[in-house]
Amino acid sequence: MKKYGKQILGCVAAIAVYVAVTAAVNMGVMSRQMMSLIVPVCMNIMLAVSLCMVVGFLGELSLGHAAFMSIGAYAGALVLKSGLPTVAALPLAVVTGGACAAVLGLIVGIPVLRLRGDYLAITTLAFGEIIKSVFNAATPITGGAGGLKRIPPVTTYRNFTFVYVLMLIVIVLVSNLVNSRHGRAICAIRDNYIAAEAIGIKVSLFKTMAFVLAAFMAGMAGVVYAGNIGILRPGNFDYNTSIEILVMVVLGGMGNITGSIIAAALLTLLPELLRGLSNYRMLVYAIVLIAMMLFSNSPLRRMLAEKRNMRQADKIQ
Amino acid sequence: MALLNSILAQLLNGLRIGSIYALIALGYTMVYGIAKMINFAHGDIIMVGAYALYVFVSILHVPAVPAVILTIAFCALMGITIEKVAYKPLRNAQRLAVLITAIGVSYLLQNLALLIFKATPIPFGSIIKVPSIQIAGLTISGLTIVTLAVTALIMAGLTLFVNKTKIGHAMLAVSEDQGAAELMGINVNRTISITFAIGSALAAVAGILYICQYESLIPTLGAIPGIKAFVAAVLGGIGSIPGAMFGGMALGIIESMSKAYISTQLSDAIVFSVLVIVLLLKPSGILGKLSVEKV
Repeated sequence: MKKYGKQILGCVAAIAVYVAVTAAVNMGVMSRQMMSLIVPVCMNIMLAVSLCMVVGFLGELSLGHAAFMSIGAYAGALVLKSGLPTVAALPLAVVTGGACAAVLGLIVGIPVLRLRGDYLAITTLAFGEIIKSVFNAATPITGGAGGLKRIPPVTTYRNFTFVYVLMLIVIVLVSNLVNSRHGRAICAIRDNYIAAEAIGIKVSLFKTMAFVLAAFMAGMAGVVYAGNIGILRPGNFDYNTSIEILVMVVLGGMGNITGSIIAAALLTLLPELLRGLSNYRMLVYAIVLIAMMLFSNSPLRRMLAEKRNMRQADKIQ
Repeated sequence: MALLNSILAQLLNGLRIGSIYALIALGYTMVYGIAKMINFAHGDIIMVGAYALYVFVSILHVPAVPAVILTIAFCALMGITIEKVAYKPLRNAQRLAVLITAIGVSYLLQNLALLIFKATPIPFGSIIKVPSIQIAGLTISGLTIVTLAVTALIMAGLTLFVNKTKIGHAMLAVSEDQGAAELMGINVNRTISITFAIGSALAAVAGILYICQYESLIPTLGAIPGIKAFVAAVLGGIGSIPGAMFGGMALGIIESMSKAYISTQLSDAIVFSVLVIVLLLKPSGILGKLSVEKV
């Protein structure tokens, strides 16, 4: 029973949130603005959780998450615009979007896997810029800088159930993966890749796997974005978008899925609620990034962690 | 003849923009060599330099030459401060933490500039007023001459500084082995500070040259040249000073050639593809040394 406590708690929380949101929407308690935020919250949670896997568990920094999202969004939008009935088009769009992003993740992953840390970060960043300029140039397909217009609004808050289920799938997938044998291999690579290699973990394989899976999920989130906003412009998926997702992961405590979920929800809701401070939002993000890193590596933090360990040791005795 | 002339003109264009990349890439490479980190905020120092020059020249009405010197000094101080506040506490931390902090600093600088100077582009006339010259039907603009001359001077000076002076030797020693350098009595903290100061000063020069070329200021102006200069540093082999010079020039020529003869829209994509290709074929870059990680 105790072993499954966390899972049961998670299930209860998921159902409770679902019931609460659906009830609030149906009873008309929510303002229009709040209702328009429901889907972005789910989408950002998907993005944050998938990036959390790369940054928190694999320990590599990807600055191209928005690029994967944009691939998924464009591919999904083209499927949605093809004229199929929504029941068929939506799942197909999600799968296509995810698959396209995953294929690109694989293509980027292969050169990038020879690199570590800094190189990987900049390569993913450069890759994001390449994708953006290709989308800008490929006007016949993507509409260029003017944007891809008139995407059927299939993932607005009226289709909350679908988006919510998709989000749950992503969360369950990542949290189960992390707690599995594969997930432990990924964490081992993060902690010491030489040691991991020495005990027979296929470093490249697991790195690619985590990277491609994260790209797949970002692609799915992109489809949700496309169906919610109705128009896609290459400029929507720039460096800032990637950083925003990164801030969610860092604020949630890198490698903490629950933290990422809460941070993603907060960072989506807060700016809308505090519109007056919108000029300072990015500035605050920057300070949060620096402060979190300085704090988590400061002597104070180390002292606190040591105290906690001592207390736990006392309890055991 | 016309084709030859146009190719030569593009080559000069490439060299001009390439020297700016080379100046920025030098900062990346030197900091990487010594602090073993990629200073993500380096590109934004260019922006700081450009805005500082604008403030000195257009708002405080300082004459051009002192304004340039003040700008360089300001950026050098900025580089030292950033290192002391944000990077020094993390010197023994995970690389990921340092990288995220550097991104945070870059973001902070951009958004501070956005708050202070707003997002609307500020027009700013070039402070370099040198007449253009004509050689065999080819017009070379004054800006190109100044850019190339300044870059050549700086590169020669930097090479002499690193190879001939005591501080330069200390920098080489720290980049080779920090622990051993410390044991030999080298003040590592001071050496790192000096490196950041030199790197940021070079970025300031690059920023001044850049703004004289584009004549318009926006808070994100440093981001793209910053990333491109990083590509240049990787192309030449990160950690290698001649590599950064060579990589910058090569990248500038690639960019201007692809802009002129392939596609303007895709030129960025081509430049970044260079990075991917280099990393695939020779991750250590053209002039870099491959370091094997030891357990």
